[in-house]
Amino acid sequence: MADITDSIPIPASFETHPDRYVHLRIEVAGAVATIRLDVKEDHGLRPGYALKLNSYDLGVDIELADAVQRLRFEHPEVGCVVITSATDGVFCAGANIFMLGSSSHAFKVNFCKYTNETRFSIEDATANSGQIYLAALNGVASGGGYELPLACQEIYLIDDKRSAVALPEVPYLGVLPGTGGITRVTDKRRIRRDRSDVFLTLAEGIKGKRAVEWGLVDGVFPTSRFHAGVADRAATLAAGGHPERNGVTLGPLTVEASRDRLHYPYVDVTFDHAARVATLTVTVPDDAADVPADPSTLGDRFFPLACFRQFEDALLRLRFHFPEIGLVMVETRGNKTAAEAIDGLLATRQDHWFVRETTHFIKRTLKRYDVTSKSFFAVVRPESCFVGTFAELLLGADRGYMQDVAGASVTLTAMNDGFYPMNNGLTRTASRFLSDEEHARTIAATRAPFEPAQAADAGLVTFAFDELDWDDELRLAIEERSSLSPDALSGMEHNVRAAGPETMESKVFGRLSAWQNWIFQRPNAVGARGALTLYGQPLQPQFDYRRC
Amino acid sequence: MASISLNEKIPNNVDLAGDRKLQRALEEWQPNFIDWWMEMGPEGFQQDQIFLRTAVSVEEGGWAHFDYVKMPDYRWGIFLTPNARARTIGFGDQIGTPVWEQVPGDLRKDLRRIIVTQGDTEPASVEQQRLLGKCAPSLYDLRNLFQVNVEEGRHLWAMVYLLHSYFGRDGREEAEEMLVRRSGHRDSPRILETFNKPIDDWLAFFCFTMFTDRDGKYQLAALAESGFDPLARTTQFMLTEEAHHLFVGETGVGRVVERTVELMKAAPSGDVKAVGGIPLDIIQKYLNEWYSSSLDLFGGEDSSNAAIYFATGLKGRYKESSSSKITDHVALEGCYTLQIPNGDGGFTNQEIPLRRAMNLVLRDSYVDDCYRALERWNGVLEKAGLSQRLYLPSDRFNRRMGSCANLPIAPDGAMMRPEAYAGRIASWLPTPDDLAYVRSCMVSVTEPGKFAGWIAPPRKGIDGKPIDFQYVQFH
Repeated sequence: MADITDSIPIPASFETHPDRYVHLRIEVAGAVATIRLDVKEDHGLRPGYALKLNSYDLGVDIELADAVQRLRFEHPEVGCVVITSATDGVFCAGANIFMLGSSSHAFKVNFCKYTNETRFSIEDATANSGQIYLAALNGVASGGGYELPLACQEIYLIDDKRSAVALPEVPYLGVLPGTGGITRVTDKRRIRRDRSDVFLTLAEGIKGKRAVEWGLVDGVFPTSRFHAGVADRAATLAAGGHPERNGVTLGPLTVEASRDRLHYPYVDVTFDHAARVATLTVTVPDDAADVPADPSTLGDRFFPLACFRQFEDALLRLRFHFPEIGLVMVETRGNKTAAEAIDGLLATRQDHWFVRETTHFIKRTLKRYDVTSKSFFAVVRPESCFVGTFAELLLGADRGYMQDVAGASVTLTAMNDGFYPMNNGLTRTASRFLSDEEHARTIAATRAPFEPAQAADAGLVTFAFDELDWDDELRLAIEERSSLSPDALSGMEHNVRAAGPETMESKVFGRLSAWQNWIFQRPNAVGARGALTLYGQPLQPQFDYRRC
Repeated sequence: MASISLNEKIPNNVDLAGDRKLQRALEEWQPNFIDWWMEMGPEGFQQDQIFLRTAVSVEEGGWAHFDYVKMPDYRWGIFLTPNARARTIGFGDQIGTPVWEQVPGDLRKDLRRIIVTQGDTEPASVEQQRLLGKCAPSLYDLRNLFQVNVEEGRHLWAMVYLLHSYFGRDGREEAEEMLVRRSGHRDSPRILETFNKPIDDWLAFFCFTMFTDRDGKYQLAALAESGFDPLARTTQFMLTEEAHHLFVGETGVGRVVERTVELMKAAPSGDVKAVGGIPLDIIQKYLNEWYSSSLDLFGGEDSSNAAIYFATGLKGRYKESSSSKITDHVALEGCYTLQIPNGDGGFTNQEIPLRRAMNLVLRDSYVDDCYRALERWNGVLEKAGLSQRLYLPSDRFNRRMGSCANLPIAPDGAMMRPEAYAGRIASWLPTPDDLAYVRSCMVSVTEPGKFAGWIAPPRKGIDGKPIDFQYVQFH
C-alpha cells in the first residue's frame, strides 16, 4: 500500500475556526448549542477518497475537536450540546474506509488516537464543564458514526423504520471499532455481553424500540416529532445553562514550523533528524503569574492556557509530521517562583470557570502526552523549571535524568496532587508509586524542592548524574534508546505508562495500542484478500481461519 | 589518594593528569585493587624484591623496563597503542566508516559484556595461581609466575580503564565487581568456568599459560580489530605483554617434556616416576584436560552473538586487517561446515552462515597455533629417538560447550557408548592419583640456577641475565 501519508505533512495544521469549517455547522442558541455534521464529499484532506454519507477523515475530526474546545472556552454559557446531522436519513457512516485503506499504518493509529481524544473531550465537557452532550441521530449511525454518539451522555434515534445504530466493523471490515465503540457499549452503556456479541456481529445494526430495549439508545422519536423531542430534551439538560460565564476568544497560535524546528512563544522543539531525536523545551516566563483578579480577562494570553495550547499543538505535530522521531528530550526553563505562583492561582481559583477550564485542558493535554508513541526522557538541570504543573512533564516522561549539581531541583505543588489524573484515574505520583501509597502521599504533600539526591531517593527522577558522568550517560542513553525497535518501544512504553487500575479510558487506549493495532496489521484485514482491502469491491475477502 | 600522586603512581599515556573523571574513578578503585592484591595475590611473597618487567611508556622499549620491585609497589599502568592514523572500521556492516572514539549507545551493553568478560579473567587467573609460588621449581620460574601475575593485574587495569572512561556509573560498578568476585567462590564465582578451578601444580600452570592464556591472545587479537578504537588500542598493547605469558606456558610444557625424556633415557625400565619425573602419559592427560577446556572459552560453534559482534564491528577475526588470506571483510556470503552429532553415534555436516561461525573461525586460528607448539614438543621426543608422541585431542573430546558438550566422545573424535567411555576416561584425563603424584613432585627450589628434578632448565635467562641470576631477593 502506498505510504501517501508519510511523505506529505497532513494535515498542515491542527488549528481551525468555525469561520473556516468545511464539514460542520455550529449554532449557539442561548443555553443550547448544536453541531451539525455536513461533511463535504469532495473535501477530504487528500485526494483518493470521497467522504460520502457524512463519513469522516482527520480533517472532519479536527473541526469537531475545535468545536468542542471552543464551546467550552468561547461559549461557557452553553449547558447542552446537540450533535446531529444536516441531512435527515444519514447521521454518520464513521471513519472513511477508503481513507483508512489508503493510509499508512502509522497514520491510521494516530488518526484513531486523535479521534479517541476528541471523544473523551466530549465526555470531559459533559462531566466537568456542565456542557452535556446529546446525540440526535436523525439517520443511520454506523461504525464511528455510532461511536461518536456513544461519547455523548444521551442518544436519541429517529424511528423512521430505516435508521439504525450499528458497529459493523467485524462483519464488514474484519477489524474492530477504533474509537472505543466496544468499550462504551459494555462499560458505559453496560449492555449485556451476549447482546453486545449479537450487536457487534450484526452488520445492519439495530433500530427503533429494540435499540431502546437493549440500551443502545436512550429513546426514539418518530420522524414527525424527532426535532421537537430532541429540542425539549436538550432544553431540559441545559437547565438554563451558565449565563454568569463570559466566554473568551481562542485566537490562532503563533508558530514557526519547519523541518528542523517548531517554535512557539513558550514551547520550542528542535530536531536532530539523523539521530531521530527531538528536544522539546517549555519555558515559564517571569511574568507568568501576573494575573488580574479575573483571570478570564486575559483570555488566551493566560499563561498556563497559552503554554499548554502550544504544547498540545507541538505534540500533535510530533505525532503526525515527525513519525521518524523516536525520542523526545523534554526540557523546561524559566522562573520557578512564577511557576509556583501560577500553580497557587490554579489551585485556589477553581471557583472560576475559566481557571477550571484551563486546568481541565492542561489535564487533557497531559493525557495526550501520556499516549503519544514516542519515548520521552525528561532532563532536569539547574536552569530547568520542573515545578508543579510543569513537573508533570517529568512525572509523565518514560525516564527522568537529573544533573546532580547545586541548583537543580524538582518542586511539587498542590496541582500535582489531584488536578491532573492520568487515564487510569490516578495522579502521576500515585501511579508512579503504586507499591507504596504512603510514599506517594508523602511525596505529593512535600512542598520543599527536591534536590538531586532527594529527587533520586524519592523516585522522582530515574538517575542523578554528576557533571563528570552527565554528558556520557545522557549521550549513551539517547543512542541506546534510538537503536531499539520503534514498534516494541511503542508497545512497551504504553504498557509501562498504563500501570495501575483500569478505567474506560485506559481500556480504550490500551486496546487501541494492542488488539486494534494487531488486527489492523493482519492479512485478514489488510492482505490482498483482506476484508478492509476489499471493502466496496466485487471480490469477497478470503480469511485465514486459524485462530491466534 | 590525591590525584597528583595517583598520576605519579600510574604510568599512562591516556592523559590521566587531565582527566578528572578517570582520576575520581581510580581514586576509589585503586585502594580496593591493592586490598584485593594483598588478599588474593601471590601468597607469601609480597615483601620480596622481584626482578620484574614494568611498562612505563609506549615508546620503543618503554613497555619492557626491568628492575627489582616489591609486587604491591608495582606500577600498574594504563597504555594504549598510539594511533598512527585515522582508522576506519575494518569489517562488518559499517566497514569503511571512521572508528568510534566513544561507545555507541546501541552497542553499550554488548561492549560492556565483552570487556567485563575479558577483564574478569585477569584477576581470576591471579587468584587461581596464588599458592603456586610456594612450590616453584626455580627462582627463574618463580619470577615468571609473578611477571604473569602482575601483568594480568595490569590487564585488569586496562579493562577497568575502559569501563571507567567510557561506561559511566555502570562501568564503575562493573569495575568494582571485578574485585568482589573470587575464583571458585560458591556464591560469587568468576564469570567463566575455566577460571574457577584452582591451579595448584606447575604443570597445570604451564598448561594454563599455554592453552588458556592463548585463548586470551586470540580474544584480544579479535578485539584489537574492534571498531571501538580505545578497546582496539588497549588490547593491542596487552598483546605485547601476553606474548611472554604464552612463552612461559609453551616453554614450560616443553621443559617438562625435555626432562621427562632425559629421565626416560636414563631409566631404561621406563619408570620415570621412580626417578621423580612426570611420565609422558600424565603430561598427555594434562594436555587433554587443558586443551579441551580452553576450547570451551571460544563459545558455541554456531553463535548469534558472534554474528552480532562481527556485524556491528565489535570483534573481528584473527588478523582481520593484516592477513592477506582474509579478503571478504563483510562475510555475508559463504558458509562454514560444522560436523555435529547426529544422535545416531555418527556426525553429519551442517552448513551455517559464516558470520555465525566466527567463534569457530577464531578457534581454528588458535588450534593451528596449538599444533605448532605440539610439534615443538614432539621434536624433543623425536630428537631423543623415542617413538612416543604427544597429541592434541579432537575438538569434540571432553567438551562442556557446543554441539559435542557432555557427549561420550573419545580423544580421536569417535562417539562411544557411555559405559565404554566411562571405562576409558581415567586413561585420558588426570585422575586424583595423577594429580596427587604431580603435586608430590612440587617442591620449592630457591637456590639460584637450581631446578626441581621434574623440569629442565630454560635455554636462557630473562632480559639477558644468566639462568642463575637472583631473580627473586627474599626479604
